[in-house]
Amino acid sequence: MNRHLKTLIIFLALAVGPGLLYAQDIAVRAGLLHTGNGEPIENGVVVIADGIIEAVGPADQVAVPEGMAVVEVPVATPGLVDARSTVGLSGAMNQPHDQDQLERSAAIQPELRAIDAYNPRERLVSWLNEHGITTVHTGHGPGEIVAGQTLLAKTAGDTVEESVFAPSKALSATLGDGTTRHDRSSPGNRSKAVAMLREQLIRASEYRAKRAEAEDDNGPERDLALETLVEVLEGDMPLVIEAHRHNDIMTALRLADEFGFELILAGASDAHLLVDEIRDAGAPVIIHPTMMRPRGNSQTQHASFTTASELMEAGIEVALQSGYEGYVPKMRVVLFEAAMTLPYGAGFTQALELVTLAPARILGIEDRVGSLEVGKDGDVALFDGDPFEYTTHVVGTIIEGKRVSERRR
Amino acid sequence: MNQHASVLLAALLLTVPLAAAHADTRAFVGAKIIPIDGEPINDGVLIIRDGKIEAVGSSDDIEIPDDMEATRLLPEQVIMPGIVDTHSHVGEVSGGDRSGPIQPETRALDSINVRNSGIKRALAGGITSVNVMPGSGHLISGQTIYLKLRSGNEVTDLAYRRGDGEIAGGLKMANGTNPINDSPFPGTRAKSAALVRAQYIKAQEYRRKRDEADDDNGPARDLGLEAMAEVLDGTRVVHFHSHRHDDLMTAIRLRDEFGFRMVLHHTSEAWRVADEIAAADVPVSLILVDSPGGKLEALNLLSDSAPALEQAGAKVALHTDDMVTDSRYFLRMGAMAVRAGMSREAALRALTQEGADMLDLGDRVGSLTRGKDADFVVLSGDPFSVYTRVLETWVEGSRRFDLDDEDDRLVAEGGFNALTDDDGSGHMHEHDHERGARQ
Repeated sequence: MNRHLKTLIIFLALAVGPGLLYAQDIAVRAGLLHTGNGEPIENGVVVIADGIIEAVGPADQVAVPEGMAVVEVPVATPGLVDARSTVGLSGAMNQPHDQDQLERSAAIQPELRAIDAYNPRERLVSWLNEHGITTVHTGHGPGEIVAGQTLLAKTAGDTVEESVFAPSKALSATLGDGTTRHDRSSPGNRSKAVAMLREQLIRASEYRAKRAEAEDDNGPERDLALETLVEVLEGDMPLVIEAHRHNDIMTALRLADEFGFELILAGASDAHLLVDEIRDAGAPVIIHPTMMRPRGNSQTQHASFTTASELMEAGIEVALQSGYEGYVPKMRVVLFEAAMTLPYGAGFTQALELVTLAPARILGIEDRVGSLEVGKDGDVALFDGDPFEYTTHVVGTIIEGKRVSERRR
Repeated sequence: MNQHASVLLAALLLTVPLAAAHADTRAFVGAKIIPIDGEPINDGVLIIRDGKIEAVGSSDDIEIPDDMEATRLLPEQVIMPGIVDTHSHVGEVSGGDRSGPIQPETRALDSINVRNSGIKRALAGGITSVNVMPGSGHLISGQTIYLKLRSGNEVTDLAYRRGDGEIAGGLKMANGTNPINDSPFPGTRAKSAALVRAQYIKAQEYRRKRDEADDDNGPARDLGLEAMAEVLDGTRVVHFHSHRHDDLMTAIRLRDEFGFRMVLHHTSEAWRVADEIAAADVPVSLILVDSPGGKLEALNLLSDSAPALEQAGAKVALHTDDMVTDSRYFLRMGAMAVRAGMSREAALRALTQEGADMLDLGDRVGSLTRGKDADFVVLSGDPFSVYTRVLETWVEGSRRFDLDDEDDRLVAEGGFNALTDDDGSGHMHEHDHERGARQ
């Protein structure tokens, strides 16, 4: 194992290991406890010790340890998971100085790390937190062929080190209109964009081969971009491909087939037109926000309120994202987006799954978050009624056993 | 009566019976009725005839004539008045262009595409009356138009008329960072106010000359000043885009100096000056969104404005600003107002009667009242529940949206061009980074 990899693993271990520094003990007693995995429990209790869930069940079967603080609420759910966002890299002001989600100097820049731009004190991160979202997959947004990396963070913590628990989760890529340049530089169209991406992936596989063949000191010169793409080729880093139009979605499937990387489809406005193809390819979909604004004759013109429920019905793994917005409102809240799937074919359980266990599975963190189960992180969202009714309030948020928000939102 | 007016009157006489010809005479029985002008009625009856509301009440009190067709609804279903959207950009509307900050001569009338699918989407959201606004990005963006979403072949079929027969609409103005831009646009807030004041002084002068003139020695016609003179006459209401607390007060100061009638729009920071707004007796049309920010002056756009204004005693309506928010889920904005602490009653009024009043249409629409237009919505359940769907939208006694109709359902759920391959976009505020952030 080379030195570089060792360093990376140590960093990962440090980041993942201890979690947030302020883990605490707390119990939640809810009139209706949605565990996110199975039937809801009336008068349910969650016991969190050292930030980890120690017990879950009906109040008459689960004892709360003596002296442990108890929060009583009408309804509780697992802390919600936003499957894809740019929050923290993009800020509420929407001015050049708080917009780091897209670097336009080159079309392919896999070396850009999200941790080097993430602002955990961004007010929009707090806004998520106050609305029950405890885990966010955020980072470089759509708009370039390869825009950069993403990270996984809890929505509390004052520093990147405190809040981020997977510093290089995935690589953000885009196919379709968004990447096209109109100034005689490349890519000027779809074919060129895909050719450029394939060339880079081939460079990366050559780099990987050289590295594998090399003795300790005659390996190839370090190349941050290719190193990252090698992780993609080795299946250690999924490629999240934003593709809206049907043919762009098919291109993404074709590329995944050619290079064997782990593909997560994102956006995917036309996914409902390709249900069989997506299911057969086994690709999960982080679908566009239910209330995404389609624009004109653009590639999002077929975005439908029913897409999430149609894909779930077909057995495709689907999660909801807050995505990226360029204008007021600057950020979507997946709690509200999931609510909007309810009148359009999704049931309560499905709507909850879209923002809890499904994104946790897609992001490979279902052992930590996404449901209230023993051994998982003590992340809980507290409500005074049906979580999805707009007239209900979030009355608090718990992350790893600490009440990080007590606001009524 | 001059020739112009008689032509108009003739046109009116021709259009009205035509529209009414499609109108049903029918009773709706059994649903909960939220009339807005009174308490909700369980097991209600709504009778419509010739495009008007003939009776509203409970089944116990209202006799349904034997020969009248009746539609029986479920007790959990709800009938409420057609929703009034006080600020929308449906129909591919345009107004002033990028040539300058003051363009009152431009009319939304001259840009509306009544075949745009945005109008269908508004109906799918239960909206029956809309103030379509030109702009933005100007001090004065142009003349707005009030549309009734009845069936029509061209824009004047949908246009509301004022008492004098003219096409009804307001004047769109803005302050704050919205009109600030490179020359010839203003560079500061103070310059913005100075330019507007100078223009209103011109309009005062124009109006004075017009009023003093005999038949043939009036001022040379100026389309912009003509529209502004109507503002000074009180026949054209100013719809003023304004966000920050100080900008809201600047708008009120201008109103007081020139004596025009005004509705404040958007008003992100109304919660900071709610008492001042109520004291100035300015009606407010609010937008509520999912998160603050997106531009500097919306950094403090909080739903708290809705309860703050209600508690201060101000008149409050809501608007979609379509496409900033989609007309199809306008009802949810009322629910967000309730979430923030507004009363249910005020939130329901904010979607109906208050907006109608702000457009001078309050005696025609906004409540289920005998004699008003038969504009109403049939809902599957409570207006503020996220589980509720709009089932039917009726305009002047004619069903304009029906969820059971395959095409209508596609409009309600599907993509923007679900029914048409090359429908325009509807209007979106320019969203490229630099301009988007500023507006």
